Amino acid sequence: MRIALFITCLADTLAPATGRAVVRLLERLGCEVEFPQSQTCCGQMHFNTGYRRECVPLVRRFADAFTGYDAVVTPSGSCAAMVREYHGQVAGTAGDARLSAAVSAAPPVYELSEFLVRVLQVTDVGAYFPHRVTYHPTCHSLRVLGVGDAPAALLRAVRGIDLVELPAADQCCGFGGTFALKNADTSVAMCADKVRHVTGTGAEVLCAGDNSCLTHIGGMLSRLRAGVRTMHLAEILASTEAYDVPSTHDGAERVKSP
Amino acid sequence: MREAAMSEARAEVLHRIRRALADVPDDERPQDVPVARDYSRSAPPGADPAQAAKLLAERLADYGAAVRLVPEDAVARAVADALAARGAARVVVPGGFPREWQAGLTTEGTGTPVRILSDDPRVPVSELDRTDGTVTTAATAIAETGTLVLDGGPGQGRRALTLVPDYHLCLVRAGQVVFGVPEALARLDPARPLTFVSGPSATSDIELERVEGVHGPRTLEVIVIV
Amino acid sequence: MSGATFLGMPSFPGAAKDALADTQLRRNLAHATATIRGKRTDAVGELDDWQELREAGRAIKERTLRHLDRYLLQLEERVTAAGGRVHWARDAEEASRIVVDLVRSTGERELVKVKSMATQEIGLNEALAEAGIAAYETDLAELIVQLGEDLPSHLLVPAIHRNRAEIREIFLRAMGEHGAAAPDGLGDAPAELAEAARRHLREKFLRAKVAVSGANFLVADTGTAVVVESEGNGRMCLTLPETLISVAGIEKVVPTWQDLEVFLQLLPRSSTGERMNPYTSTWTGTGTGTGTGTGTGTETGSGAGADGGEGPRAFHLVLLDGGRSDTLADPVGRQALNCIRCSACLNVCPVYERVGGHAYGSVYPGPIGAILSPQLRGGATESDRSLPYASTLCGACYEVCPVKINIPDVLVHLRARMVDGGRRRPVPKPERLAMAAASWVLAEPSRLAAAQRAGALAGRLLPGRRGRGASRLPGPLSAWTDARDAPVPAEESFRAWWRRTRR
Repeated sequence: MRIALFITCLADTLAPATGRAVVRLLERLGCEVEFPQSQTCCGQMHFNTGYRRECVPLVRRFADAFTGYDAVVTPSGSCAAMVREYHGQVAGTAGDARLSAAVSAAPPVYELSEFLVRVLQVTDVGAYFPHRVTYHPTCHSLRVLGVGDAPAALLRAVRGIDLVELPAADQCCGFGGTFALKNADTSVAMCADKVRHVTGTGAEVLCAGDNSCLTHIGGMLSRLRAGVRTMHLAEILASTEAYDVPSTHDGAERVKSP
Repeated sequence: MREAAMSEARAEVLHRIRRALADVPDDERPQDVPVARDYSRSAPPGADPAQAAKLLAERLADYGAAVRLVPEDAVARAVADALAARGAARVVVPGGFPREWQAGLTTEGTGTPVRILSDDPRVPVSELDRTDGTVTTAATAIAETGTLVLDGGPGQGRRALTLVPDYHLCLVRAGQVVFGVPEALARLDPARPLTFVSGPSATSDIELERVEGVHGPRTLEVIVIV
Repeated sequence: MSGATFLGMPSFPGAAKDALADTQLRRNLAHATATIRGKRTDAVGELDDWQELREAGRAIKERTLRHLDRYLLQLEERVTAAGGRVHWARDAEEASRIVVDLVRSTGERELVKVKSMATQEIGLNEALAEAGIAAYETDLAELIVQLGEDLPSHLLVPAIHRNRAEIREIFLRAMGEHGAAAPDGLGDAPAELAEAARRHLREKFLRAKVAVSGANFLVADTGTAVVVESEGNGRMCLTLPETLISVAGIEKVVPTWQDLEVFLQLLPRSSTGERMNPYTSTWTGTGTGTGTGTGTGTETGSGAGADGGEGPRAFHLVLLDGGRSDTLADPVGRQALNCIRCSACLNVCPVYERVGGHAYGSVYPGPIGAILSPQLRGGATESDRSLPYASTLCGACYEVCPVKINIPDVLVHLRARMVDGGRRRPVPKPERLAMAAASWVLAEPSRLAAAQRAGALAGRLLPGRRGRGASRLPGPLSAWTDARDAPVPAEESFRAWWRRTRR
């Protein structure tokens, strides 16, 4: 199986540690991962903000970049949902038959936890992470993709983890792409409640499957010096006794000395 | 002039609708738009009428109605007891309400004497407002939702009777109880004035806290005849 | 009484900012929406066939809308045959004028009203007041809003933004001015407040000769109108007056009597979280028609409404377009007309929960309002244009919608309509330039890589950067950093790392 990693523009630029963790994790599970270098962005920001025309080249870019692979894996529920649910619509609205054909011929796109649990059928990925963690299910992974219990099942199987339930977990963090700027006051109010719930758990790490939401919640946790760090699900799952991913954004994973 | 404006408005609204539906093929018929009725349209397999009556009683009680399951031969007594307990001295009983179920009310020595107002001729609304309650039958009842349906038929009276007085005692036979909403609607005649009653009147308008009893009868009592 | 109106409301972000600062409002809303969410979840959880009911509800609405002209004509014919009269109104003004004329012809100067979104939408109370006719709202929450000279903020519970103490104060202050005063020593327990409303309104019900209502459903094949309610105020209005005028949007029609078996299950469970609402009344014209049913008709039952009989002697149905045909013209936006006004989408919406209904500047607030109001009103105002953006697209609304309106999809669709509409401007908005620039960068990996390198460099130079994030970004991005640290581009992007280590 030829697996392509779709890193997403956001993780590529702001959270490369997530990408490195996905590669490490999938290779540890015996997969061969490729990174098609012509990839860029799924076009979600343009699409969701109403810029369909500007979204078209990005949809074309995506279809071109991933053609020929058996499956695409991405560490983002939101981007996976964009590709799966809306690329066809963008092509259709643009009236571009060739693009429509390319989109339907593109390989299936899986969010990471879906790929692990449903395709590879593993829940214990051999991870070790001795920290108190709470998990925020991001809206699009929950409601558009329907990943269900997959992320939680993966986390529960991590050795050493102290997984605590997040109250009102299914409430949106208030990111919403350009919503965070256009309706910054409401966005902040929503995020404040999310942060309150997170800190209330006493967790040391907030985990999610989308770096966009983590950037948002993490931005407020950081501003408040709340003492909670954010980590992508991939980074926790990639951690083992010998390999430690301390933080999403510091970019330097450490290999423990024997 | 009004008539002219009216027919103009009618024509224009219809024209706008047809124009708006340009994407609908001319030869499409309503039944070409599929409606899958895969939801439950009958009682669960193996459900018997006694179970439905019991469920009705539970669900009605859940929404604040007082419910009693009573055998046929004890109905007159149950009606008399209910009114006595309520202290209802003047009650309206609509035409067609079974005479034998009123028997307990005419017997001396069963407690407070009850004055029965017949609704023929019709009791004025202001008078209804001063009565202590109403005793009626029902057209059908829905177990799953705890609902009584009145259609103005014999023993049920016009709508005002079960609306203006503050107390409604409703009698329904177990055989009249259906399991769900679809079965009930299939039994009812839409040409008749239908009132679906699920518990006493209620509101949740203040902080979403349910308060039973606003404008309709604040007390609903139900006798299910088994 | 109420002179408040939604006209000229500021656009959503500004209105939301004010609402967010109202701590009492925030608390009232959080409490009320959490309560109703829990009830809905329980009520829906009891049914094994909920998803099948939702699908049937959606499909029936789709069938209706695609053949709306036909069903409206059938409805008109059946209502007329049953002794009712049907009026058509192109817009709000026409609908109001029809109602005012009808009331005038009765010679009455007052009427009682059942809660109705359509009459809110057309500003009926204001039109009646101008004509010297007093309209008394009889739904408890509408009464609270009317006495408080306030605006409704929720489809189902228009006074959801008020708590018991505020309601007590409104009753004490205003009831006496409009009828029976609130009793001395009125407490703030909901039961006491409900009792005060009962007393205040009873005399009005008993003397009213005219009532105005909406309709939850209009059944085309029988001509039957349906009102779903809880308090009994609807029954009072539908039963006691001599003249009943019902105003309903043209999308309220459903094809058949049987279709009600779906909606009478979907609506109460989604709306109040009850298995069934306390009262549902159905009526067919004035009941003087020949009838179409097959039931057990008897001499005592069906029959004309005379003097407190089965109901009003005169029944008028006003069918309102008011932008609905325009909404119908958009095959994607059309589904907003599926709405049965249950308000489940408001109750689960994290945006609504924090800002409340007034911020939406429309009688239809919340997620459904964000897609319905701009379509009904034409989307010409700044406020209308801001509404489709008043959502994070989290999808909670779609998940609970009993008729499966894909609200997130329609929001995005309307955003696109607005962006495309703005393309005709000679001077593009900064946002459009930024989006075009981003699209250009992201269309080619080499440009993205260059931007990442530039970003990493800029990130190092950013002021106020501490540890992992930037605390102050310039321009429109400052809206982010006002309350949240911003991420800075990594020193080495993922693609740079891959190239360095894997090739």
